[in-house]
Amino acid sequence: MANKILVFLEQRNGEVKKASLQAYKAAEQLAGFFGSEVEAVTIGSEINGLENVGAFGIKKVTFFKNEQLANYSSSAYSKILTNFAKETGADGFVFSNTSMGKDLAPRVAVGLDAGIAMDAIAFEKEGDSVVVTRPVYAGKALVDVVIKSQNKVFTVRPNVFDAGEAGEGQAEVDVREAGDVDLSVKVTELKTSEGKLDVAEADIIVSGGRGLKGPENFKMLEELADLLGGAVGASRAAVDAGWRPHEDQVGQTGKTVSPNLYIAVAISGAIQHLAGMRSSKYIVAINTDKDAPIFQVADYGIVADAFEVVPALIEEVKKIKS
Amino acid sequence: MKIAVCVSHVPDTATRIKVGDDGKTIDQTGVTYVVNPYDEFAIEEALKTKEALGGEVVAISLGGDQNKETIRKALAMGVDSGVLLKDDSQRDSLSVAKALAEEIKAQGAEIVFFGKQSVDYDNSIVGQLTAELLGYNSVTVAVSLKIEGDKVVAEREIEGGKEVVETTLPVVITAQKGLNEPRYASLKGIMAAKRKTIEEKPAAEFESKVEVIRMKKPPEKAPGKIVGTDASAAAELVRLLREEAKVI
Repeated sequence: MANKILVFLEQRNGEVKKASLQAYKAAEQLAGFFGSEVEAVTIGSEINGLENVGAFGIKKVTFFKNEQLANYSSSAYSKILTNFAKETGADGFVFSNTSMGKDLAPRVAVGLDAGIAMDAIAFEKEGDSVVVTRPVYAGKALVDVVIKSQNKVFTVRPNVFDAGEAGEGQAEVDVREAGDVDLSVKVTELKTSEGKLDVAEADIIVSGGRGLKGPENFKMLEELADLLGGAVGASRAAVDAGWRPHEDQVGQTGKTVSPNLYIAVAISGAIQHLAGMRSSKYIVAINTDKDAPIFQVADYGIVADAFEVVPALIEEVKKIKS
Repeated sequence: MKIAVCVSHVPDTATRIKVGDDGKTIDQTGVTYVVNPYDEFAIEEALKTKEALGGEVVAISLGGDQNKETIRKALAMGVDSGVLLKDDSQRDSLSVAKALAEEIKAQGAEIVFFGKQSVDYDNSIVGQLTAELLGYNSVTVAVSLKIEGDKVVAEREIEGGKEVVETTLPVVITAQKGLNEPRYASLKGIMAAKRKTIEEKPAAEFESKVEVIRMKKPPEKAPGKIVGTDASAAAELVRLLREEAKVI
């Protein structure tokens, strides 16, 4: 990757995602190993204040614009990005490991005949190679991998690389009309749950398990999560019981999350669950069973009944928020 | 209509993972293998698609002899035939996808299902890579699917919602939990599976571009602090989260 590294900035509803700014920081680290250049590229129809990504150190963004590309199209997006990489001679391409990034990155990799490493949590230089660390078995182990091909594609796990605080600066935005786009696969509608924060994007998650005894008892978790500006997650047991939708499930057959704070309420901590949340920065466990495995990964624990602790926590958080 | 479903054979999710002696793969001692959980949704959707459109379903798996167990499970659920692309080596996702794409082309399958990811290496890219290599359209992480004539409408799960995706055949779909309720293999199905054939042949060889140089344990966490044993600990917990951890 001695030449140039491109970073894909993902937008939905015209807003650039935080995960993309983090991916840019990861790309800067890669670029630092080889003295290569980094620039950003995005695709959409209208993007609000795109030049403001400069506040996070991004110097240049190429914006492929077409009103038919407001929503994601795997066919159109992958062709535009593959062609752009070829045009600029880029030999590295960084995406965030989001639902769009995961869908798109492998297609671009095929277009560039590149090796691809997904869900990177660290990069290191060893000799002339970049060693990529990535979780496998839902985080029960890590592997270090090396991409041997000249062209390389990476996705980076959200919330691992720090985008930093917004500073001064505006990015140079090069707007290019994307004509003649391939819409053979096209998103025709976006169904978002209004105001609902996804566990994969939340900085704080309050998660509940079987110990909550029923769906109605998630109300107190929702109240606590609302106060903290977080999202509500659930263990597989709670999802399988039909108490919460699958999209809220944290764990090996649900989502893998790395929030700043993960509060596990009445979750014993089956190995599948721990796999999905153990990389959280701080973990709180509330459980009546002092031997529950969740306490082995927790930074702070309260060994007591969730039905008493959670209301008390809500009151305490209200005090500091007022 | 020929329908293919690509399946992988993975350690059960309850497995404790230990690094093996080679320092690159897991210790196989006491590890139980199962059908990749997401592939069960893929198999079910392949069968439902066959029931709606007619045709036949072939299950394809790349790996060692042990993968036949997973193919057999698919046959017991109702899949018509199986193909094992034999390969005992470690290869990267792109090289897996290239071998699968060749077989899918040879089978003439126009609708191809995958699980959205294998719960071993968790790359979640083989479906997309295969689609791209074949020049097929694709929808990943599908939670609903309708195929009418040539037209495909699917919903895919994204952060905080769903995307409705429209495309046409030929198509690759990767299945997410919620797409359907996988059926159990009936006794009749299990008996019938014994008479179905699994074709075995060497997987086409392709160079891997990605090499695993080592596997390691995730960093151990320092033991945590028990803040208290009743609800009165809530105040101290909030103080710690605010002043020590600085996360609220």
